[in-house]
Amino acid sequence: MAYDNVSRHARAVFVALFTPLLAPPLADMSLNPEEVGRIARLARLELSPDEAGRTRDQLNGILAFIAQLQAVDTSGIAPMAHAMDVVQRLRADAVSEPDRRDAFQAIAPETEAGLYLVPKVIE
Amino acid sequence: MIESSLQQLSAALAAKKVSAVELATLFLDRIERLNPALNAFITTDRERTLAMARAADARRAKGPGEHCGPLLGVPLAHKDIFCTEGWRTTCGSKMLANFVSPYDAHVVSQLKTAGMVTLGKLNMDEFAMGSSNETSHFGPVKNPWDTNRVPGGSSGGSAAAVAARLAPIATGTDTGGSIRQPAALCGLTGLKPTYGVVSRYGMIAFASSLDQGGPMAKSAEDCALLLSAMAGFDERDSTSLQREAEDYSRDLARPLAGLRIGLPKEFFGPGMDDDVRAAVAAALDQYRQLGATTVEVSLPNSGLSVPAYYVIAPAEASSNLSRFDGVRYGHRAAEYGDLTEMYCKSRAEGFGAEVKRRILIGTYVLSHGYYDAYYLQAQKIRRLIATDFQEAFKVCDVIMGPTSPSVAFSFGAKSADPVQMYLADIYTIAVNLAGLPGMSIPCGFGTADMPVGLQLIGPWFGESTMLNVAHQYQQATDWHRRCPPIGD
Repeated sequence: MAYDNVSRHARAVFVALFTPLLAPPLADMSLNPEEVGRIARLARLELSPDEAGRTRDQLNGILAFIAQLQAVDTSGIAPMAHAMDVVQRLRADAVSEPDRRDAFQAIAPETEAGLYLVPKVIE
Repeated sequence: MIESSLQQLSAALAAKKVSAVELATLFLDRIERLNPALNAFITTDRERTLAMARAADARRAKGPGEHCGPLLGVPLAHKDIFCTEGWRTTCGSKMLANFVSPYDAHVVSQLKTAGMVTLGKLNMDEFAMGSSNETSHFGPVKNPWDTNRVPGGSSGGSAAAVAARLAPIATGTDTGGSIRQPAALCGLTGLKPTYGVVSRYGMIAFASSLDQGGPMAKSAEDCALLLSAMAGFDERDSTSLQREAEDYSRDLARPLAGLRIGLPKEFFGPGMDDDVRAAVAAALDQYRQLGATTVEVSLPNSGLSVPAYYVIAPAEASSNLSRFDGVRYGHRAAEYGDLTEMYCKSRAEGFGAEVKRRILIGTYVLSHGYYDAYYLQAQKIRRLIATDFQEAFKVCDVIMGPTSPSVAFSFGAKSADPVQMYLADIYTIAVNLAGLPGMSIPCGFGTADMPVGLQLIGPWFGESTMLNVAHQYQQATDWHRRCPPIGD
């Protein structure tokens, strides 16, 4: 795990330092099997070995497709998160919802005494 | 009766020529007979539908008044992305195959309040990720015009149901073209409103900065009537816009003389099939005859819309779909060791291949070291795309072009290569990135007698203008009245 973190960090530094020099910068950055495994772990998705190989090819196809964005000059352009640049609306800090715990827990996989049950996390 | 417009159904109900129960029964029987060949519905519940219809009839029996609005007793069906209290809401996924929503989406409760009767829940691409309906856990929907072809997606069930007259009208959602593209491929009129006009509360989230609900119907007139009931401010959606309620039917009758139609040169280049090009050209001629003028405009960054979308939408999806963890609702794996394994296995079993791909892409572009290069860069390009439209609308009132580069394709034609499938939305995606309203209306037939759609794009809050422009065309043509040869 520690080694994985080091290589990830090294790669991030590499991207930060050299991205402006490459043209197009991320075009050849296809994923290797270890990276696919790391992303799947971050996404909490189990991939079978067979699925991982196929997925890697498809992800690399998609990454090659989106790499064309790197060639666009966006200096001085502000990123756009919302079409009309509206800001978050505030509301009064007051209770607005009734207690519907029973209705919401009725659809849960496993509950007990009003609590959601998961595998033991603290020994 | 199954061919009637919403206004005609409304008038028949008001004149007591038909009851809501009779009308619901007519459509339920038709669904029972024709749906097995189309797979448009995931869930129907006759008892629940008839209870709603009886309640509508009881409301009308109290005599005329405010409680008898134009939609009282009119049946509709919901895309299975809208949470419906007491009904199964699957979002086309194994993850939610047994999920019975404990609450109604805002859109659903608005239409319930108006007295509309729910016929059932419509099939869709899993979590709205797809352009052909082939990613649904419940099997693909068939196009009623040719059951060997896709209906489009992700609102393919909505499109097939209305096209085959299994429902008079349906709700859909559009993140990158999911209302307009299936409307085009099935010969319908569909409208994606300006971002923020229709509440997203209870609409299962895919890409929150792009998702919008809207109507899918047989005509612009019907779309206007349903949109008027769907739209409106809702404080439970943080991006819902605080605006006065609108009557979207108000401008339908306005003549088109003097209308300026912008034709983006990027939408008419190579990449569009000849049959689509011919039908769109004929529609533009028709508009000129109706008094409109056309002007060439340019959207120079529109070619970047599909790659920008496939950074932004998966990024937002990977965040939104992290809620499906097998703890509070949805699928939980039968066998697991610790908590992490429970998450990983539950998600691996519950999600299909396309959803997994998008979660992985989204996780990658948001991960440490890549955020600026991918996500931030895509958001900057998003602004360039939106600015192009603002420039174009300085010289035109509405933009037109094709909705889809081709007519409905065959099953399996694009499903092996994700990028080929993504390019099916090449003309629709920029509209979502810019937050603009867009429509598709039927404008003729192409290869193998499959319907062709004309796309209309309006400026922000240009819904009533677009509906007027669509309605006037539909007064002069009858493409929207054509019905697929199915079941009769």
